[in-house]
Amino acid sequence: MSLTAVAAGTRVAGPPEGSPDESGRRGRRSTPYLLLLPGLAWLVLFFAVPVVALGSTSLQTRVPGAEVGVYQQTFRWANYSDALREYAPQFGRSFLYAGLATVLCLVIGYPLAYAIALRAGRWRNLMLVAVVAPFFTSFILRTIAWRQVLADNGPVTSTLHGLHLLPATQSLTASPTAVVAGLTYNFLPFMVLPLYASLERLDPRLVEASGDLYATAPVTFRRVTLPLSMPGVVAGTLLTFIPAAGDYVNAALLGNPSTAMIGNVVDSRFFRIVDYPTAAALSFVLMAAILLLVSIYIRRAGTEELV
Amino acid sequence: MAGRDLRLDQVTKTFGAFTAVDGISLDVPSGSFFALLGPSGCGKTTTLRMVAGLERPSGGRILLGDEDVTDARPYRRPVNTVFQSYALFPHLDVFENVAFGLRRRRAAEVKARVGEALELVELGHLARRKPAQLSGGQQQRVALARAVVNRPDVLLLDEPLGALDLKLRRQMQLELKRIQDEVGITFVHVTHDQEEAMTMADTIAVMNAGRIEQLGSPLDLYEAPSTAYVANFLGQSNLLRASVVERRAGTVVVEVDGTRLTVPAERCPGTGRDVLLGVRPEKVHLEPADQVPAGANQLGGGIVTDAGFTGTSTQYLVRLPSGQQLTAFAQNTGRAAVVPVGSRVTVCWQPAHTFGLDGAEDAAAGIGTVDEDGPPPPRTRPEPAAVEGRPG
Amino acid sequence: MSFLRRHLVMIVALLVLAYLFVPIGYTIAFSFNDAGRSNLTWQGFTTKNWSNPCGAPEVCTALGNSLKIGLLATVGATVLGTMVAFALARHRFRGRAATNLLVFLPMATPEVVLGAALLALFLNLRLNPGFWTIVIAHVMFCVSFVVVTVKARLAGLDPRLEQAAMDLYADEWQTFRRVTLPLAAPGILAAALLAFALSFDDFIITNFNSGNVTTFPKFVYVSAARGIPPQANVIGTAMFVAALLVVLAGQALGARRRAAR
Repeated sequence: MSLTAVAAGTRVAGPPEGSPDESGRRGRRSTPYLLLLPGLAWLVLFFAVPVVALGSTSLQTRVPGAEVGVYQQTFRWANYSDALREYAPQFGRSFLYAGLATVLCLVIGYPLAYAIALRAGRWRNLMLVAVVAPFFTSFILRTIAWRQVLADNGPVTSTLHGLHLLPATQSLTASPTAVVAGLTYNFLPFMVLPLYASLERLDPRLVEASGDLYATAPVTFRRVTLPLSMPGVVAGTLLTFIPAAGDYVNAALLGNPSTAMIGNVVDSRFFRIVDYPTAAALSFVLMAAILLLVSIYIRRAGTEELV
Repeated sequence: MAGRDLRLDQVTKTFGAFTAVDGISLDVPSGSFFALLGPSGCGKTTTLRMVAGLERPSGGRILLGDEDVTDARPYRRPVNTVFQSYALFPHLDVFENVAFGLRRRRAAEVKARVGEALELVELGHLARRKPAQLSGGQQQRVALARAVVNRPDVLLLDEPLGALDLKLRRQMQLELKRIQDEVGITFVHVTHDQEEAMTMADTIAVMNAGRIEQLGSPLDLYEAPSTAYVANFLGQSNLLRASVVERRAGTVVVEVDGTRLTVPAERCPGTGRDVLLGVRPEKVHLEPADQVPAGANQLGGGIVTDAGFTGTSTQYLVRLPSGQQLTAFAQNTGRAAVVPVGSRVTVCWQPAHTFGLDGAEDAAAGIGTVDEDGPPPPRTRPEPAAVEGRPG
Repeated sequence: MSFLRRHLVMIVALLVLAYLFVPIGYTIAFSFNDAGRSNLTWQGFTTKNWSNPCGAPEVCTALGNSLKIGLLATVGATVLGTMVAFALARHRFRGRAATNLLVFLPMATPEVVLGAALLALFLNLRLNPGFWTIVIAHVMFCVSFVVVTVKARLAGLDPRLEQAAMDLYADEWQTFRRVTLPLAAPGILAAALLAFALSFDDFIITNFNSGNVTTFPKFVYVSAARGIPPQANVIGTAMFVAALLVVLAGQALGARRRAAR
């Protein structure tokens, strides 16, 4: 979405003023369709069709007596209710962790975005590079690094034990805390960049006008800056929540079996316990739930503009 | 070698239900400086773009000499445009910008011709700069050189001076006129600035709502406007409602609030009973009742309600007994004293300076800010680059 | 105290930045660790990992695969995506809403769903997951990002520049070649870099569709259980430095161009 535009250093701008150029858009009637064909065909073949096929798989059941992995189409809608019933905890956990991580990202990321957009001056570009730079190492390496840093014999845990902020027997890794911390860390740039893009467009004279009209700094923030940065907040929240809800790497590396998220279940249903219909049903429920939450959020937050 | 004459024959352009240009016909002789004058939304830019080939007419023909170019693509017409925003190619330097058209046509002696064009606009020393490194005025001159270097039959200028500040604009007006004299190319200049049009053009077409209101030399348009719109759009006019009393040979006698005034017959066409009587403010004098020159049109009993000093003149507002307001400009020659506010005066002027318009016209047509004439036409362009976060 | 107050936001911001770099620092540090297979505890400083980055088995195979896949996927996604972006930004056609939706959905779908759906397709077609299925998958999810990036760049291009080109005797193809393409190039380049980054770092979708083929992220994940060799850290650090240099070079170039005014 807008993140990519931001990350690429460009802006999604409206069309510039000026009359429509008919002759530029004439050419041959077929030109746009030819241009669209390869890309859209690829997406249809390798996105739309598979997703539909996944839907079809979600309604299948195992052929009785056949070997593992053989299914037949039975239109068994009960697959969905079974899956929901059995894996409700994982669903709940996924949204909980993703939600927590998103909120944390917002709380931590907003000051950073604010500082870069409004306080950094000539260090702005350098700070932006610093936000994006961690992306340049492998995501897995980063997550594993956290596991090491938070390991029982590592500096962080020992300090916390020593300060009695953590019971001596409790470890930081293989816990929900670590999973949420990992999610927060990994998706922080997805929150910061859209927030930055939104704040950067803020007209500083609005803040001045607010001060001129007797508002103190916190009031100006609450009533002027924050509302005007809402498009960035919406974009950042969506860009963080959606991938976080479906993630399973953080849960696998930083959690334990009791912190399994929906992604982990789908992964295991595909590879360890071969149960494609359940995996398919779970995937669809996840997608539907995300789209539902996203649309509610957008309507509530009142911003259709995601940039 | 002179280029060909440009002719528009009943050219029309509609955008859906909206008619932007409504059957325009005009003849632009080769080598002349022609201005299309009118407020925003009157269709002048659309007309220009149709001549350039950037819009396709919905009806009518466009001819260069004998050649019908109505449907020709822009790159097949010997017509070049100086765009309002200059549209200089940001990734090419000044030299390559100016050379662009020559290179596309594989012209010979590119270097020499570009050098010549840059000398013409006095930017030879900036040939290797990029557009972003130039000031607005310099960019405008590069845009001009880029068009002129191709020696087109017609050079189109779309409000090229709009973005410049006042002093620079005045300077560029003279420059453009000089350049046009020197190269002898037909210039078609679109503008909303009537002073600019009158200063530069040989012929002006005043446009309003897609039609030409009046076509003629600046002098003709100014001294003998044929519609209220032109009377108000070019400079200012006093327009009074009058009724015809008598039409003699050579003179028309009309009555305004009980007073009889005369108009030369050729300046008051038509046969109706109601006319709109017009006189330019600078032709109007304020005199005490007993010092009105013989034979002048006069309206007595006026009270001066405002006297504004502008440096070169004093602008008076006089209220007549009927309640109507007249404007009079008195040039600041230093000879006469300023008439104080509240004085009782008679306004008078020479009958030869009067003009008469059709009484059915709206006396307020053409008054007001340049942008007041209605909303811009609906643009039929595809939806703006939709953000991918929102389907459709 | 008032110093703290005035600069509070910036201080918090810098702390957050420091937080962002913690695992990077750890990764870089442990690339110099004198450890064998298991790079878990610090055992001494050494540069031998750097002089022998392919020392651990499979590391360089995995890296090679990631680079090859990245290159192929970048080319494919950039070409397909740029064409779609041009159609959307510069042409009128029916089905615009459907196109926008189709381009948007892959970005909004969780990777688990994308990966699982593709795997199901390949299995149904009796195609064994391997190198080419990974490439296909990567092109698929990168195309959308390319479209958005290039379209954003095109939307910012003044259409009157193309009109000016045609006014100056360039036909449609020449206008495209000499004006549109050079001006769109930075956006296309940015899109290509983005696609490469997304492809190289992708794990979830790759994991579903790779069969026996290892990519770098997959290698790291699988080794996490028994111990990631320090060579992986070396490669991670090298990628980081390389990418950092590319970005900084781009910045410096942009700054120099601006200063030339």
